[in-house]
Amino acid sequence: MSSDRVDHESRESFAANGAEEVDHSRRRLLTAATAGVGAVGVVFAAVPFISSWQPSVRAKALGAPVSVDASKLEDGQMLKVVWRGQPVFVVRRSKAVIDALGGHNDILADPNSDDSQQPAYIKDAGPARARNPEYWVGLAVCTHLGCSPLSAFEPNNAFQVAGTDLGQNWPGGFYCPCHGSKYDISGRVFKSMPAPKNLTVPSYTFSGDARIVIGEDEVPKPA
Amino acid sequence: MAAAPESTGSNGLIGWIDKRFPLTALWRSQVSEYYAPKNFNFWYYFGSLALLILVNQLVTGIFLTMNYKPSSAEAFASIEYIMRDVNWGWLIRYMHSTGASAFFIVIYLHMFRALLYGSHRKPRELLWIFGCLIFLTLMAEGFMGYVLPWGNMSFWGAQVITSLFGSLPVVGGTLVDWIRGDYVIADATLNRFFALHVAAIPLALIFLVVAHLMALHEVGSNNPDGIEIHEHNDSKGHPLDGIPFHPYYTVKDLVGVMGFLVIFAGVIFFAPTFGGLFLESPNFSPANPLQTPPHIAPVWYFTPFYAMLRAVPSFAGTQVWGVLVMGASIVVLFFVPWLDRSPVKSIRYRGPIYKVMLAIFVVSFVILGICGLKPPAGIYPMLAKICTVLYFAFFLLMPWYTRIDRVKPVPERVTGHD
Repeated sequence: MSSDRVDHESRESFAANGAEEVDHSRRRLLTAATAGVGAVGVVFAAVPFISSWQPSVRAKALGAPVSVDASKLEDGQMLKVVWRGQPVFVVRRSKAVIDALGGHNDILADPNSDDSQQPAYIKDAGPARARNPEYWVGLAVCTHLGCSPLSAFEPNNAFQVAGTDLGQNWPGGFYCPCHGSKYDISGRVFKSMPAPKNLTVPSYTFSGDARIVIGEDEVPKPA
Repeated sequence: MAAAPESTGSNGLIGWIDKRFPLTALWRSQVSEYYAPKNFNFWYYFGSLALLILVNQLVTGIFLTMNYKPSSAEAFASIEYIMRDVNWGWLIRYMHSTGASAFFIVIYLHMFRALLYGSHRKPRELLWIFGCLIFLTLMAEGFMGYVLPWGNMSFWGAQVITSLFGSLPVVGGTLVDWIRGDYVIADATLNRFFALHVAAIPLALIFLVVAHLMALHEVGSNNPDGIEIHEHNDSKGHPLDGIPFHPYYTVKDLVGVMGFLVIFAGVIFFAPTFGGLFLESPNFSPANPLQTPPHIAPVWYFTPFYAMLRAVPSFAGTQVWGVLVMGASIVVLFFVPWLDRSPVKSIRYRGPIYKVMLAIFVVSFVILGICGLKPPAGIYPMLAKICTVLYFAFFLLMPWYTRIDRVKPVPERVTGHD
């Protein structure tokens, strides 16, 4: 309000001095140009602050691939390794378990992982969902809200996991204690679960018979 | 200003200040000559109590930062250090942690008061919106504060809540990495949550509280009759049904403060964890990224919203729907002043439909709170689904049922006081 009055008075004093009329369109243009340049400046000034929230160079370096020796695993045993601070499951499966994997597609929400975050070579690997059917590798992070599922590999065995009875028809797999999502032993989610997708499979490869490199699609060739 | 002659006439320190800063004028316009309706009841304690708790949180918070270390390697141990080795550290921390829960109890009751007496209705819509923003800011403050002790529930709670953003299409993954500053909840996340919790959000909170009070003093307080007291003034222009805030309501609020402090101190000294509700037991072991607690539940004040999140099943390959429903449950609050079409404000003159709907709303909110604390098994998922529907029905059907409801005639002057 007060700036209006000043504006008005100064305009009058200009007129009294015989100065020219105020050029409003010019004033508007200058105001818009100043505000526009100022806004661009604000956007550029915001870049360092917003960007500073992104994973730092150190965090990215710590996210480098990890190598795991799975040769000491027995059938039905599981290894939890940390990659990028996230738990990764490596499960060794017996031939019988692998052969049974194709038999329960009717209870799975996404049996072919069409909707799930898995590398192409895993999606093409059939119900085993692994580069080598003997070793299943996947993130131990429930696709619902990021909890860590529990292993419950023994099939057809009504037993208690986190206070929940998995039932007589349990084919063996993973159970998430947070919101009750169930997965088979290839990390494929059951129908009508809070979790919408199969467990994420990170990119990984074998650098030896049982040496798994997590976080890389191919072993880099020695230079 | 009527105050001008006296204040300029004073030659003392106050007079010196008044010539340079409107101290006496502010005191009069905002406190000693701010006329509030004379029929305030029990429900009107919670505004001043919220202010008291804000001060408690600021003071205890400042002293906690003097011994707390915001790094993933040291945070948990520094909390234990505060609890065991710092003189009175346990008291300062329990005042802060109990204060957080007390804040939400008081704010929920304060908001319920608005729904009882129509305090959100014209001309107080902006006052209500500032209040909703305060509630939202407080939720962010509470969430980030809960991460700081770096217990296992801190870690996994943060994991679950930040994952919510990951369910958004296209930008989700990048957004989550940006919020966390790492590929998981990590040191970077803890450090930035600390910065937000102790500096950015409290500043925003104080700004919003000032705006809330300025809006309140601009439009004047509502009252249990939901009528405007400024329509009947005495010869001096003061409302006939109003009394100066000071000394009448400062004294009344002091009584409320004493009652509150008795309960508050009782909880701090005898039940600071409140049976695992105010401080959850998994948080007494350090954060462990490889070990999810068997059952993740947020602190009690988030559980109604958490239950709504869980009540919605994933659909079309994404769980974004639950996130949207939870977001909508907060956003809908902002629209209440326009959803409510009743010709009267106060529950005293509303008809049976609003009373029943309000009762259903309160009951379903409490049940949702219980569902959010329980594992998603048994009757709880179904109960949560039903109560989510009822929660939204209260708001979304409001334009319809408040219009058809039978209302009683509203008196000209406030009732119950001579």
